[in-house]
Amino acid sequence: MRRTATLWGATISVTVAVTGAALFAQAPARFGFGRPATPQEIAAIDIDVMPDGRGLPPGRGTSAEGAVIYAAKCAQCHGKTGTEGPNDILVGREPRTGFQFAQNPKLPHTIGNYWPYATTVFDYVRRAMPPTAPGSLTDDEVYALTAFLLHANELIAVDAVMDQSTLARVVMPARQYFVPESRPAPPKPRP
Amino acid sequence: MKVTRRDLLTGAAGAVVLGKTTRAQTRTPVDPTKVRGTPTSAMGQRARTATPQRLVRGNISSTPHQDLMGIITPSDLHFERHHAGVPEIDPANYSLLIHGMVDRPMVFSLADLKRFPSVSRIHFLECSGNLGRVAGPETTPGLLAGLTSTSEWTGVKLATLLKEVGVQPKATWLLAEGSDAAVLTRSVPMAKALDDALIAYGQNGEAIRPEQGYPARLFLPGWEGNASVKWLRRIEVSDAPFMTREETSKYTEPFANGTARMFSFQMDARSLITYPAFPNTLEPGWVEIKGIAWTGAGKIRRVEVSTNGGATWAAAELQEPVLSMAHTRFRHLWNWTGGEAVIMSRAVDETGYVQPTRAELLKLRGPGTAIYHMNPITGWVVQATGNVIYKQEPWG
Repeated sequence: MRRTATLWGATISVTVAVTGAALFAQAPARFGFGRPATPQEIAAIDIDVMPDGRGLPPGRGTSAEGAVIYAAKCAQCHGKTGTEGPNDILVGREPRTGFQFAQNPKLPHTIGNYWPYATTVFDYVRRAMPPTAPGSLTDDEVYALTAFLLHANELIAVDAVMDQSTLARVVMPARQYFVPESRPAPPKPRP
Repeated sequence: MKVTRRDLLTGAAGAVVLGKTTRAQTRTPVDPTKVRGTPTSAMGQRARTATPQRLVRGNISSTPHQDLMGIITPSDLHFERHHAGVPEIDPANYSLLIHGMVDRPMVFSLADLKRFPSVSRIHFLECSGNLGRVAGPETTPGLLAGLTSTSEWTGVKLATLLKEVGVQPKATWLLAEGSDAAVLTRSVPMAKALDDALIAYGQNGEAIRPEQGYPARLFLPGWEGNASVKWLRRIEVSDAPFMTREETSKYTEPFANGTARMFSFQMDARSLITYPAFPNTLEPGWVEIKGIAWTGAGKIRRVEVSTNGGATWAAAELQEPVLSMAHTRFRHLWNWTGGEAVIMSRAVDETGYVQPTRAELLKLRGPGTAIYHMNPITGWVVQATGNVIYKQEPWG
């Protein structure tokens, strides 16, 4: 009897193992759900710009052109010269030396003193500004506004043309102070 | 008195208009065992007298932790942080594009996403700016730390979709982009995307709420909330971070050594006593101190409670199940015999990391440090009168 029972047990185990394998099929390499994206539909929403300039569209603009657009569409929230608010203060270079934002939390984080990449200005203005009509600015207008803001922050000359080749070459003063995540892993104290 | 839609539907507004009786008076006199109750309904509602509400401050609303029990945050009380409002998205027109450094750029409809193998996981989501710089004595738990909430999230693993499109070997980062009016973008390291990232379409057993990203969002367990991009419309795979506004101008932390830190994603261990707290008043006698603890590092191992301002600490009871990267409920029985007392809690996570005091944190980071990733021990003062107020501490 004892031997028979053991045999039965073994038989049941084998059956369970086989059934289990059948129930939990291996995932395929690909499911085949979804459809291929066309180049046109990618281009329609692929609006991001990278620090090396990848993604910048054709077009151009200068500070003088940007000043007109700024006065009409931006000044009401950011102030006449970009220093008044009430929304984010965009213009200002203080502190001229060092990066003492921790010691002085009241220092505004402006484009000139805190933004590490000029391309981010173009990317953000194009996607999100102005809040009343986001995405409504033409690429030329965004280049012009970017030129206006960079010139107001004393980062480019008054007559500099911002375009696909020049914008990514603008060196931002804050760039040197930004570091990637470097906290020690827990359980060590984490600054 | 505010007239709600429910008042109008039930006729209680009549009492408001007459102005002679309160709503409560019109609703409570009957003996419920003598009158047949309301019939079944297609959509349930909270009890009329249970009225928790998010605390709304501009484009932020906080979870009222003082009103909640357990570890799941009701979906309609999940905190909100929007950068350009809540978009209205027709699920029939929704699509997610994945392109860039992939072999097969593809578009997935919501129905496509739901055809893939699904997973459900219970996780907290916390804004990295979840501690107010200015907090007065009359600060509630929701005002102090209401930008964390826990839900059961259901969706498809991002790794499944990335396998479907064929990520190229050089790819190290991806861009996640929302279809709100901010078209919000964040860069996410490929390692996280392939590890435990979800494209979530479910929240607590139903479709994700519009405020949380309907119809589908990115969800990065344990990481700062801003990176879990809502209303996800596009993922671009690349070989470098994109340096978007939200990861450079915002969500970076300046330090006293003259640098600013980017991509500090993981949320560290924290705990919060939710009772007793402002505006509770205690009677002398037994008090069950209750609260929540959580960590982006995994599971909470231990929560300790002090009832004497941190002089001594005792282990609190943890409510099972203790889940990874989820709110964990703790309780501690305390016999308050009167007199002023300061109650505090501190969390220890599975790595052994101990939630720091504010002084320890500020010493590590520098005075006047930024608002992000602040997880100090916080406390409440039980005054001799029994009134409970927030224990204020200087920022730096």
